[in-house]
Amino acid sequence: MSPPLVEVSAISRSYAMRSGMFGRATAVHAVDGVSLAIAKGQTLGLVGESGSGKSTTGRIVLGLEPPDRGEVRFDGKPMAMPATAAWRAQRARMQMIFQDPLGALDRRLPVATQIREPLDIHGIGTPADREERVRELLRAVELTPAHGARYPGALSGGQRQRIVLARALATKPDFLVCDEPVSALDVSIQSQVVNLLCDLQAELSLTLLFISHDLRVVRQISNVVAVMYLGRIVEIGSADDLFARPEHPYTQALVSASPAPGRRSAGRIVLAGDPPNPAARPQGCAFHPRCPRAIARCASEVPALSVVGGDRQVACHLVTGAQTRDAA
Amino acid sequence: MAPLVNIAGLSVAFSGVPVLRGVDLTLHKGEALGLVGESGSGKSVTWLAALGLLPRHAQVSGKVTLEGREILGAPATELDRVRGGRIAMIFQDPASSLNPVLTIRRQLCEALALHRNLQGIALKAEARRLLDLVGIPDAGRRLDAYPHEFSGGQVQRIMIAMALAGNPDLLIADEPTTALDATIQAQILELLSTVRRELGMALVLISHDLGVVAENCDRVAVMYAGRIVEEAPSNQLFADPAHPYAQGLIGALPPLDGPRRRLTAIPGTVPDPAKMPGGCAFAPRCALASESCGLAAPSLAPIADDRRVACIRAEASRRALLGIAAE
Ligand SMILES: Nc1ncnc2c1ncn2[C@@H]1O[C@H](COP(=O)(O)OP(=O)(O)OP(=O)(O)O)[C@@H](O)[C@H]1O
Ligand SMILES: Nc1ncnc2c1ncn2[C@@H]1O[C@H](COP(=O)(O)OP(=O)(O)OP(=O)(O)O)[C@@H](O)[C@H]1O
Ligand code: SF4
Ligand SMILES: [Mg+2]
Ligand SMILES: [Mg+2]
Repeated sequence: MSPPLVEVSAISRSYAMRSGMFGRATAVHAVDGVSLAIAKGQTLGLVGESGSGKSTTGRIVLGLEPPDRGEVRFDGKPMAMPATAAWRAQRARMQMIFQDPLGALDRRLPVATQIREPLDIHGIGTPADREERVRELLRAVELTPAHGARYPGALSGGQRQRIVLARALATKPDFLVCDEPVSALDVSIQSQVVNLLCDLQAELSLTLLFISHDLRVVRQISNVVAVMYLGRIVEIGSADDLFARPEHPYTQALVSASPAPGRRSAGRIVLAGDPPNPAARPQGCAFHPRCPRAIARCASEVPALSVVGGDRQVACHLVTGAQTRDAA
Repeated sequence: MAPLVNIAGLSVAFSGVPVLRGVDLTLHKGEALGLVGESGSGKSVTWLAALGLLPRHAQVSGKVTLEGREILGAPATELDRVRGGRIAMIFQDPASSLNPVLTIRRQLCEALALHRNLQGIALKAEARRLLDLVGIPDAGRRLDAYPHEFSGGQVQRIMIAMALAGNPDLLIADEPTTALDATIQAQILELLSTVRRELGMALVLISHDLGVVAENCDRVAVMYAGRIVEEAPSNQLFADPAHPYAQGLIGALPPLDGPRRRLTAIPGTVPDPAKMPGGCAFAPRCALASESCGLAAPSLAPIADDRRVACIRAEASRRALLGIAAE
């Protein structure tokens, strides 16, 4: 096994949130003791409910925001202090793509200029080299120089997202964080972008952190998948196996709730109770108020993430080792 | 049985640019119809036009009848009684549909007073019953809360409660769950189908999520570039789509189990409404397109019981398959 390119150890991050106009500030534990490792050339998919801390984890991994506790190591070295030369060198090797391609682009500049921007900023190559690199990048995302001359408003959603991707690849990064990169796109365009990402990853042996709440897209692109609930990882394992045999009751509900044409809702797990509130994290297992299998212990004791067999780790009092897998 | 709603040749243009180009759709009492299709294909505009909710500069033509009575261009007083009464709509952007400075009680009671003629204690009891129905815990006390004091999933349920206030015969839910997680989405859709069964209400579910529609609707209509291109019972559409665009949509969906395969992406993008190609609007992206596809826009033609498709190639091959002589 090659050593991980990205290694996240027990990171935590909380924000102060005021409830109501005169309310007291309460701490929102957006990320609470998350550990992850992504091997070179692999894709880790991060799924979970809205507000479970996926984007916060992504920002911390990229060094856009420091963790309150814990550490992120990139290629064996700790993240450099922001705004230093070492940090800039590290940052040139990592890039990100966000959900909203129109928001990520400047409406007043031709898109080719925007693809070239990171090369200008990092002073990579001569002006002629840069022009050539832009043409190459446009080709890589299956667009033409004519597209490059256009403004963002004159491109379709899928084409804009490909421009964002081309720009992210300009500095030849080793590591890419994609935060909901296809959620804003039509199903028909989504598949174009997903295919392109898979191809580029294979060609360039990119390492990816892929954040999405679309389980289908995540499975399509990931080797390993981690499931978050209220700031913690509740299950992690290899993508195909995890979606075929989810172990944590939340993952089971999530997978069964993911609608599929041709399958009627028979056997679907519909949870009761309200959506989780990050500002009022329940005691014990954070999922227990909605969990159909909760026992008394779940309300008081936090289940630890532990290996239950193979490469699967689960944080649930009822899932411990091989016996539960056989019983299922 | 007379249909509940019948839409015929509904067309809409904004400043001369046609965005809806002749939509025909029939809806029966108590039926759940799904409407899927590309963003911008006219799913929302179809129902906004039918209910007279488009801005003044929209040019609307065609026929829309509610139990035989024409409602397109009906006087405002009559439309006011239809909207929120006979037909209720949950809009795509829920946050903007609730008034942030009024309590939930005020907003629910206003809707109830307008459409149900309730007063006093009966009015309050009904407001509370509705909140209970949509599963807001501690409904009695929560009535006095403001919209921002509820979670996203709860706001969505309150929207449903408001829509149900007029005891509608038809609920149009425009992307009611897009902003929500899968587990909360499942809860809300379950709620909608329970309510539908209990009240015998018809439902139009607008979504670009094929899975959501497949599981919650009896029949599905697929829209592309301002037209309906295929209409079929849910199970048949997903098992055996006939229109190349519908086939593309279903093929583009990554599977959640089984072996991974490369996604069959539909090449290209939707045509600009201002530069619509002559003939079939899907032809530039269609793998099956032939020369005749560019000549005239195919009309929605029956290929089997309950199934219609607007594609000359699909129509021909299906008819051949069924041994129906082409005329
Ligand atoms: N800058 C901030 N200030 C205060 N609270 C924040 C901030 N950023 C995130 N949060 C809170 O932290 C929690 C986790 O947010 P995060 O954006 O990481 O969730 P997510 O899993 O990406 O959700 P989504 O799927 O909706 O994008 C949420 O409760 C959010 O409201
Ligand atoms: N008020 C308006 N003025 C001008 N054009 C409009 C207006 N409302 C809608 N349109 C245009 O009409 C077309 C159909 O829009 P509609 O909102 O019905 O699409 P949709 O199928 O609901 O898409 P989505 O899935 O993105 O909600 C689009 O091209 C849209 O830009
Ligand atoms: S620990 Fe208990 S409450 Fe949490 S998921 Fe497992 S069974 Fe459910
Ligand atoms: Mg996020
Ligand atoms: Mg719409």
